Amino acid sequence: MRLLEYQGKELFAKAGIPVPQGRVAASVEEAVQIMREHPAPSVVKAQVLVGGRGKAGGIKFCSDAEDVKGPAQAILGMNIKGEIAKRILIEQRVDIEKELYLSITVDRASKKPIVIASAMGGMDIEEVAAKEPSAIAKYCVNTAGGYWPFIGRRVAKEADIPAAVTGQFVSILGKLYALFFDVGAMLLEINPLAITKDGKLIASDAKVDLDDNGLIRRADLEAWRTDLPDHELEQRARRTNLNYAYLEGKGNENVGVIGNGAGLVMGTMDAVRAAGGEATDFCDIGGGAKADVVRNAVDIVTADPRVKALFINIFGGITRGDEVARGLIAALDGGTWKKDRLVVRLTGTNEREGRAVLEAAGIVAVETMNEGAAKAVAIAKS
Amino acid sequence: MSIYLDRNSIVLVQGITGREGLYNANRMRAYGTRIAGGVTPGKGGQTIEDFPVFDTVSEAVARTSATVSIIFVPPPFAADAVMEAADAGIKLIACITEGIPVHDMLRAVAAIPADVRLIGPNCPGLVTPGQSLVGIMPGHVFSAGNVGLVSRSGTLTYEIVDQLTRAGIGQSTCVGIGGDPIIGTVFTDCLRAFQEDPDTHAVVIVGEIGGTDEEDAASMIARREFTKPAVAFIGGRSAPEGKRMGHAGAIVSGSSGTAQAKVQAFERVKVPVADSPATIPELVRSVMREPARK
Repeated sequence: MRLLEYQGKELFAKAGIPVPQGRVAASVEEAVQIMREHPAPSVVKAQVLVGGRGKAGGIKFCSDAEDVKGPAQAILGMNIKGEIAKRILIEQRVDIEKELYLSITVDRASKKPIVIASAMGGMDIEEVAAKEPSAIAKYCVNTAGGYWPFIGRRVAKEADIPAAVTGQFVSILGKLYALFFDVGAMLLEINPLAITKDGKLIASDAKVDLDDNGLIRRADLEAWRTDLPDHELEQRARRTNLNYAYLEGKGNENVGVIGNGAGLVMGTMDAVRAAGGEATDFCDIGGGAKADVVRNAVDIVTADPRVKALFINIFGGITRGDEVARGLIAALDGGTWKKDRLVVRLTGTNEREGRAVLEAAGIVAVETMNEGAAKAVAIAKS
Repeated sequence: MSIYLDRNSIVLVQGITGREGLYNANRMRAYGTRIAGGVTPGKGGQTIEDFPVFDTVSEAVARTSATVSIIFVPPPFAADAVMEAADAGIKLIACITEGIPVHDMLRAVAAIPADVRLIGPNCPGLVTPGQSLVGIMPGHVFSAGNVGLVSRSGTLTYEIVDQLTRAGIGQSTCVGIGGDPIIGTVFTDCLRAFQEDPDTHAVVIVGEIGGTDEEDAASMIARREFTKPAVAFIGGRSAPEGKRMGHAGAIVSGSSGTAQAKVQAFERVKVPVADSPATIPELVRSVMREPARK
């Protein structure tokens, strides 16, 4: 779960990491009220997850309750690369001397938390890595030992962090590391970590990505999800614990895809593309799905008007073929989707029982994934 | 021969009294796996469908001499179960559970000793066909032979093994390593084991988008630490950037983790990449006919 900047900064502030004074607003009136209470040169920032909001006009300046109206009006509701800005963050301006970079993420290769820092902040770290790899310091933290100040001193040295702020840097990194485990983050990124004209370090931006699995321990953070920009069908799927992603690209999406297992579903999307179609979604009913899960998946995927054919690809392991078949029949009986726009491939555990259930309802399952994809694309184009 | 698992492996089922635990304990036993019993805290002393149940893994190990454990424990308690197994002296742990917090796994992999092999989590387990199945895979699609398989995906593995078996190509051992960002065993671990196994003549590597595990495997081949014939497949070529595709691991971020980068990494070391699971058997035949890579 990726968080908006203001949410990330709220977590930073609670963890003791310095952030600019600021408040979030969802309307022009709220923005005016904020500026009335805190009249000072401020920056108005669109709260969106996509990058490049500055270039798109999503960051503007103001100094009092009167001249916040224009920027607030312009940014609220602004479409930034397909994402609508529903909120703005109004922050007091910080006089910046220099911009640094600091993040902690999960390193798959070492299976440890990795600290990444650079004295070249303010730009995309992947760009820095490509242009000047020596400007980036990385350190994999021993999970069992945890964070100790020597790690911060070493990273600061290797990243060329100015000596005058090393003490603050070591302290901020310690707090960031504690927050990393506290909230179960996949990524905590401060870019830029600003050095102010008076020599203080402050987190000018906040990029936070939480581990969805970790939210079982932090239900309080789950509440923030409602502010996040998700497709309506994705929200519906989440409420019912269905693993679903709405896909959009070139506008030629036409085949709804449902399968069991992320790998198989991705393989099915690839097969649909190879057959000349394009998947409208990624929908994984997971291992051991019962009939009601299948029914819910069919309902959600086919609620998308772009779906012209539905391809259900099941290779049963922990998932039983007969359970899937029963769910499918229930979905067809209770819903509006017609079986002539449906292609089912069912094999693996209890495949014979599953096929029998389908055949009794007049549905013939295909044998292979490629055959099913070709058939679904043909139906979608008919 | 095989890797990690054979007919002599004695296996415990952690979470045996749960729905999936019991269902799969029965399926594994029917396949021929030596299931010695199971563990469910608080239910020790019972017998469930002829399986003895123990309160702790350490008690179960003492009574059964098991060295392998398979875990069907719900996500909040699964990392605890992994560490309990390692602590009790289990040497091979297959953790099936999906949805374990990544930070739990960070701690678990740091805690388990180097001589314990953890497969998963969020994996289908592993099988040495005709000998032992420790996982949730449909046993009937596998057949014994000389091609090893290692995969980040579960169901896609069944798909590919089914194609191999239908084409008359049997398998030495198939390992589903799991789709999470933090997993106990990665491609390079399995390739190292397959390299040492005289009965594995070729390997199929089933990757997917996200991470750099495929690139690491390709580097290992470039260093000639793995020299047997290999074929690869990458799932998720049509997945868009930044969208999480079910597996927490399967996400393309920026330029890293793309299907294209992985395909190129394998092609650079002359490992052919199949366009579709259906073409894998043919590619396996062709690489096995070629002289060994120089």
